[in-house]
Amino acid sequence: MTAKVSYDEVEVGTELPTREFPVTRATLVRYAGASGDFNPIHWNERFAKEVGLPDVIAHGMFTMAEAVRVVTDWAGDPGAVAEYGVRFTKPVVVPDDDEGAVIEVSGKVAAKLDDEARTVRVDLLVRSAGQRVLGMPRAVVRLA
Amino acid sequence: MALDQSFVGRTYPATAPYEVGREKIREFAEAIGDANPAYTDAEAAKALGHPDVIAPPTFVFAITYRAAGQVIEDPQLGLDYSRVVHGDQKFAYARPVRAGDRLAVTSTIESIKSMAGNDLLTIRGEVHDEHGEHVVTAHTMLVARAPEAAEEGEA
Repeated sequence: MTAKVSYDEVEVGTELPTREFPVTRATLVRYAGASGDFNPIHWNERFAKEVGLPDVIAHGMFTMAEAVRVVTDWAGDPGAVAEYGVRFTKPVVVPDDDEGAVIEVSGKVAAKLDDEARTVRVDLLVRSAGQRVLGMPRAVVRLA
Repeated sequence: MALDQSFVGRTYPATAPYEVGREKIREFAEAIGDANPAYTDAEAAKALGHPDVIAPPTFVFAITYRAAGQVIEDPQLGLDYSRVVHGDQKFAYARPVRAGDRLAVTSTIESIKSMAGNDLLTIRGEVHDEHGEHVVTAHTMLVARAPEAAEEGEA
């Protein structure tokens, strides 16, 4: 594991570069195939509305996958992620147009956990259409 | 009806090994739009200290969730899957999943809670490689939503 960020150079409050990840219906079809999650709420508008959703929604695990890219790109080595957890609080609604939706992710170092293991906790903020879509998205990262 | 608390701690047999393919990792990385070379280029992964290409952090969910099917479909537990949504998800990694891994998952019912008529079921999936070494533990919390009030009234 060789994170490119040094534990010694990081402080509580250090901000990670903010990112925006677009998601369209085509993205969801592709993710369904790659992940094996073919639940029709992620591709069938008729079915989604029948079960009370406003429209097709993104896979929670897709949003979780996008959000941690802020951490893996910052750390340099995706293998530096020691823990990662989220709550699925609000769906990312994906309309049937060329724009789709956008997942906005920011993050900051919330705690330096262990001087020996050189681990920090990164707290993320994950929003779509102005709403938080993940609750307490957090990662523990081993730094260099 | 609330799930039976006595199922907490129940462990299910380890799954047959899932062999992690480098092209499956590539397919997954492309599906999430992540061009990190550690996922597709063995030399780039080796430069980071990994023996082969590694998988993105959430890749393993497809494997652990399939394994959790043993719990979800356990007729004795009696979970109504039509009412289930994914509540939260957590991973704790000993190391990243990588190409060539043969991963077996052992699922355990970690907790069963009842909240406002909803059942909260947490399944722990312990993932080990072909050498028996621990790779990652997944904690998956599923919410079985309460039936509509009207249905309860009729019951």
